[in-house]
Amino acid sequence: MLSLTVCLYCHQEHGVEVPRALASGPSALSLQKRCMLKEGPNQDVLIESFLSLGRVDHVTMVMALHPLDGPLPRHWRHYIALMAAARHHCSYLVQQHSTGFLEAGGEESWLSGLEHAPTKLHSLQTLNKLLAHRPWLITQQHIQELVCPGADPRWSLAELIHAVVLMAHAHSLSSFVWGCGLNPEPDHIGGYTFQPPSPSHLPRSPHSPAHEDAMEVEVLMKRMVELQQQQEEECTQEEMVTRFERERSESIPTAVVRGAPPDLVLCLVEEPEFRYEDFAPRGEQAPPTMRAQDYSWEDHGFSLVNRLLPDMGQLLDEKFQVVSNLTYHRMAMHEGVDTHTLRKALWNYIHCLYGIRYDDYDYGSVNVLLERSLKVYVKTMACHPEQTTARVYHAFWRHFRHSEKVHANLIVMEARLQAALLYTLRAITHYMR
Amino acid sequence: MEKMSRVTTALSSNTISGRTMFCHLDAPANAISVCRDATQVVVAGRNIFKIYGLEEEQFVEKLNLRVGRKPSLNFSCADVMWHQMEENLLATAATNGAVVTWNLGKPSRNKQDQLFTEHKRTVNKVCFHPTEVYMLLSGSQDGFMKCFDLRKKESVSTFSGQSESVRDVQFSMKDYFTFAASFENGNVQLWDIRRPDRYERMFTAHTGPVFCCDWHPDDRGWLATGGRDKMVKVWDMTTNRAKEIYCVQTIASVARVKWRPERKFHLATCSMMVDHNIYVWDIRRPFIPFATFEEHKDVTTGIVWRHQHDPHFLLSGSKDSTLYQHMFKDATRPVDKANPEGLCFGLLGDLAFAAKESLISSDANRKPYPGGDRRYPIFFFKKPDPTEQFAHVSSALSVFETDLDSNRMDWFVKTAQLYLLSGKPFAELCDHNAKVAQELKRPQVSTTWTMLRIMFSDPANLTTPGPNHNLSKLGTLPLMNSFSMKEMGSGMGTESRLERSKGDSRQDNIHLEPGNSHISNNNEENEETEGSDGQAEYMFGDAELDDDDLYSVEHDNQTEEQEYALPQEAFQLRHEIMDNPSAPEHLQQDKADSPHVSGNEAEVTCLTPIESFSLISISQPLYSPHLPASFFCPIVREMLSYYAEQGDVQMAVSVLIVLGDRIRKEIDDLTQEHWYMSYIDLLQRFELWNVSNEVIKLSTCSAITCLNQTSTTLHINCSNCKRPMSNKGWICDRCHQCASVCAVCHHVVKGLFVWCQGCSHGGHLEHMMNWLKSSAHCPAGCGHLCEYT
Repeated sequence: MLSLTVCLYCHQEHGVEVPRALASGPSALSLQKRCMLKEGPNQDVLIESFLSLGRVDHVTMVMALHPLDGPLPRHWRHYIALMAAARHHCSYLVQQHSTGFLEAGGEESWLSGLEHAPTKLHSLQTLNKLLAHRPWLITQQHIQELVCPGADPRWSLAELIHAVVLMAHAHSLSSFVWGCGLNPEPDHIGGYTFQPPSPSHLPRSPHSPAHEDAMEVEVLMKRMVELQQQQEEECTQEEMVTRFERERSESIPTAVVRGAPPDLVLCLVEEPEFRYEDFAPRGEQAPPTMRAQDYSWEDHGFSLVNRLLPDMGQLLDEKFQVVSNLTYHRMAMHEGVDTHTLRKALWNYIHCLYGIRYDDYDYGSVNVLLERSLKVYVKTMACHPEQTTARVYHAFWRHFRHSEKVHANLIVMEARLQAALLYTLRAITHYMR
Repeated sequence: MEKMSRVTTALSSNTISGRTMFCHLDAPANAISVCRDATQVVVAGRNIFKIYGLEEEQFVEKLNLRVGRKPSLNFSCADVMWHQMEENLLATAATNGAVVTWNLGKPSRNKQDQLFTEHKRTVNKVCFHPTEVYMLLSGSQDGFMKCFDLRKKESVSTFSGQSESVRDVQFSMKDYFTFAASFENGNVQLWDIRRPDRYERMFTAHTGPVFCCDWHPDDRGWLATGGRDKMVKVWDMTTNRAKEIYCVQTIASVARVKWRPERKFHLATCSMMVDHNIYVWDIRRPFIPFATFEEHKDVTTGIVWRHQHDPHFLLSGSKDSTLYQHMFKDATRPVDKANPEGLCFGLLGDLAFAAKESLISSDANRKPYPGGDRRYPIFFFKKPDPTEQFAHVSSALSVFETDLDSNRMDWFVKTAQLYLLSGKPFAELCDHNAKVAQELKRPQVSTTWTMLRIMFSDPANLTTPGPNHNLSKLGTLPLMNSFSMKEMGSGMGTESRLERSKGDSRQDNIHLEPGNSHISNNNEENEETEGSDGQAEYMFGDAELDDDDLYSVEHDNQTEEQEYALPQEAFQLRHEIMDNPSAPEHLQQDKADSPHVSGNEAEVTCLTPIESFSLISISQPLYSPHLPASFFCPIVREMLSYYAEQGDVQMAVSVLIVLGDRIRKEIDDLTQEHWYMSYIDLLQRFELWNVSNEVIKLSTCSAITCLNQTSTTLHINCSNCKRPMSNKGWICDRCHQCASVCAVCHHVVKGLFVWCQGCSHGGHLEHMMNWLKSSAHCPAGCGHLCEYT
C-alpha cells in the first residue's frame, strides 16, 4: 500500500518533471525509497522517512514547475516562493528557498526583510497576501496596478503569471508541509515553537483500530454507495444554495493560539494579521461566490496560462489531472473501493471554503461523507495551515493509513492551488478584456 | 429533410433582410439558437433565457422564459437549441445537470415541458435530431450521452464515452442514425443511435479538450472539430480511418465552429478565452481569416447562421451581454490589409514574383512557370465564384530565371571553397585569394586583394624578427632569393619606385622607431596611395608572379613543418584543445591564443615575400616607415561597404577576417554582425557547411561565435547519486559529492574532462594524455586498454 503511494506519487512527480532535461534523476531516488519501503517492517517510521525524504522532491517539484525559459530569473523565483511561504509561517519552505535563493546568486540582504528587495518584488505583497488568505478579493484593479503602462515598477503579464503560479504553489505547498508535519531539516533552524510530533511518536497505534472505528469505515462506505446509486432527488435551488452556504460558513474551530513564528520568517511578512476570514453566515451580506461553470481551469484558466507561459499550462494541467485521478481503490482495510465520490467531496469542500460553487454538485454529500474531524483538519490545512497540529491530524480517519491521509493532503494542496489560481486568472482575464 | 428545407428557403428568402445591429441583454449569454424560419432567436445563459424577434431594424424582446421569483438552477443554461422542425419546441442544457424542454405553445407563463435529471453533472450540449421530432440527444460532464424520446419520461438509451466530459454532440445531417461526440480528452467518437453498447469509431482529434464539432450541411463525410489546442480540423469520415483534410490554426482556443451555409469551404469560429472576435475561414486558405467580426467586447459564446440557406447573416451572443446580427458585407476583411504581392530571390539568382492575376494578365509575354501549377496549387485552384461578394483568391506566379551562363552563382561557391581566410601569413592569404579571384575572372576583386596586401604588409618586421616563427623558416631563404630575383626581373619600376619612396619616407619617418610593426613601410604602398592606373596594372602582374612562387614555397614549408603534418585520417582534424579552467570562456581564449588567426600573427611573423625583398635590397633605413596602416583604414572601410552594398558580402566578410585586427575596430559591430549573418546564411543555403563553420569560428563578433555553441550543452548526471547536475559541472547539489574526479591525480576536474568511451574513466586532459603516453591501461586500474588519439 505504502509503496504504491510513493510509487504513484513518483508518477506525479514525474509528470511535473517533464520540462527538465533529465527527468530520470528524482524518480530514481524515489524508486530506491520504494524498494526500501517495501522491505521495511514499520510503516510509521517509513512514512515519516518518506515525508522527510520527500523534502527534496517537493522542493524539486516547486522548482520543476519553473521551466528554464520562464521570464523571471532564478533567484527571483526562490525569493517569490519564500515570500509566499512566509505568509503561512512555513519556516521549512522559507529556509529551503533561502538556500536556493543564495545558491542562485541572490543577495543575502534581501532575506533580512522585504524592504531590502527591489520595489518590483515588493509590489507583489498585496497580491501575495490576498492569494494566500482571501483570493476571492482579487480584482482586475490589483492586476492593473502591476501591469498597466503607467505602473512603476511594471510587470509584464507573463512575469506576473509566473509569479502568481509560484506564489500559489508555495502557499499550497505550505499547506502540505504543515499538514504532513514535516520535520525541519537538520540544517534548518529547529528552534521554533511548534514542532509537530511525527506520527510514529504517537502513543496510540493506528494498526489496532478500535471496534467503533471499524464501524465508522463501514458506515462511510455504505453512504458512498448510497450516494452513487441514489437518484437525484428533486430539491429547490434554495435548498441547494443553503447546503452550499452551510458548508462554507460552518463554524470549524481552527484558531489555536500559537507562538510567534521565528524572526527569519516574520521579517518577510507584512500585515501578518491579515488571514483567512470565515464567511459570514448567510443573510448578513452575501459573500462572493464564483461559479465553477463560468470560469473553470479546463476551459478558461488553462488557455490563459498557456497563452502567456507556454508549457506552464500543460504542466499544471497534468498535475491537476494526476491528483484528481489518483486512487488505490482502497479505504482503510477495504479493497476495490471506488473512492471517487469521497475524493470529489473533498475537492469540492475545499473549493467551497474558497467560495467556488459547482452547480451540478449537491453539497449535502459533503456533510454526509466528511466527518467533522476531517473537516477540521481540511479547513485548518487549507485556510490556516500554520495552525495544524498533530492532534488535528490524528483525530480524523483514525483507522486509515497514513498514506491515505497523505493522499487527502495532496488533494487539499492541489484543490487549494487551483482555487487560488482561478481567482487570479479570472482577474487577469477581466483585465485583458 | 432536404426537400423540405428547400421549400422553406423559397418561402423565407424573400423575407430575410436586415442590417448589422445589436441589443443589450440583461446578462451574459452562454448560447443562442434560431428558429427554423429565421425570425426569432433564443438567448440562454446563467441568468438569462429570452426570445427575441429579428426585425428589420432591431431586435425585439418577445418572451422571457425565466419565470418565478427565485428561478431554479434548471434555468441556468449551458446550451440551448431550437427545434428545426417543430417551431414551438426548445431544449436547454442546465449547469446543474438537468435537460429541460420547453413548449412555447403552452398557455401558462411557465413554458417548461419536460425535465430530465438523469445526468449527474453539468450538461454541456443538447441536440435535436434534424428530422425526427421527438428525438433529443444530450452530452454531459459526467461522460455520458443520453438519447431522449420526448414522449417518454426517461431517456431511451445511454451511451458511455468511457471518459470524462462530453463537450459536444451533433447528429449527422445526412445519416439518420449517426451522431458525433467530442470529449475533453481530445477524442471524437461516432455512434450509431441504435447501438448504445459501443461506439462505431473513435479517433483522437486534438491535444486537450475538443470543445465543439459540426457536420458539414451538404457533404456527408465532413466533420469540423475545434479544440483547446487552437486548431480547427476538418475530417473526412467516409474513409475507413478518419482523415484530416484541412487544418486551420487560430490564435485562441476554439469554442464553437459552424459551417457557413451555401459556401462549401467556409466555417465560422469563436473562442472562449481572450479573443473576442468571430472569424470566418476559408479552410483552403488557413493562414488568414476570410472575414472577421470585431464587435464584441468580451468573449463570444454562441454563434449561429441566421438561416440555414443564407450565408449573409450571422448571429452571435457574448459574455459582454449583447446579441448581435452581423451582416457579411460589413465584415472586416483581413485579406484586404495583407500584402497581396510576394517577391523572392532564389538561391541561383532566380526571381519569383506572385501577384493578383488581374495585375499580371495584361502582360501577354509572360511565360508560365513550368512547374508552377504543381508546386503552388493553392494559388491556382480556386475558380472565381460569381456569387462571392469579395475578391477571390487567385494569384499568378512568375519566375524570372537568370541567364544560364552570365549570372550563375558558381563563382560564389568556388570562391567560398577556395579562399583562404587563415592559417597563413597575411600577405600569402591576400595573394592566394587574389589568385583565386583572378582565375574566376573577377579582376576587380583580385586587384583589391593585392592592394590590401600591399597596404597592410609590413617589411619593417624584418629588422625585429619574431623569435619564434622566423627561425624555423630560415630554411626557406634560398628559395626566397630566387623568388625575389624573379620579381626584380619583372619590371624595372621597382628600383625607381624605391628611389621615390626613399624620398617620401625621409620626411615621414623621423620620429618613428625602427621596427615598429604597426607602421607600414613598404615602398609599394606609396604607389598605391598615388593611385596611378598604370602602376596598379603593373602590380597586378607582380602579384601573379608572387603567387607562382608562393605555391612552391608552400610545398616546401609543408614538408619542413612537421608539427603540422598530423596523420590524415578519415576525419577532419579538430581544432587544438586547450585546457582552460572554465568552460564557457574557452571560446574567447581559444581565439586569442589561436596561432591561425592572421590578424594576430601579422605582428610577430615576418612575411616571407617582404623578407626576400629586403635580402636583395639596400640598407634598412631606406625602408623606414612613413605611412601608418591606419592611414588606409577609411579607404578600406569604404571599400568593404561598397562590396557589401553591391551584394558581394562574401568579399566584405573575407577581407574582414583576413585583415582581422587591422580593420576590425574601424567598422561598427552591428554592421560586422550583419555582414557575417548574411554571408553565413548564404553559405548555408549553398550547403557549404565547412566554410560556414570556419567563418563562424574566425569571426570576432560574440553574436556570431555563439552560433557554434547552440545545442552544444551536454547534460550530465552525478556519478555518485545518478541525479542530473544542474549548476556546476563538478559538484553535485544533492549529494554534495564531487562528481568528476581525475583518475590520475584524484582531484576534482574543473574544466575539460576527458574520458574513455570504453571504460568511462577519465580526468584532466593533460593528465590522461601523459598517463596514456606511458601506459596502455586505464589509470583507474580497471584493466581497460584505453587509447588517446
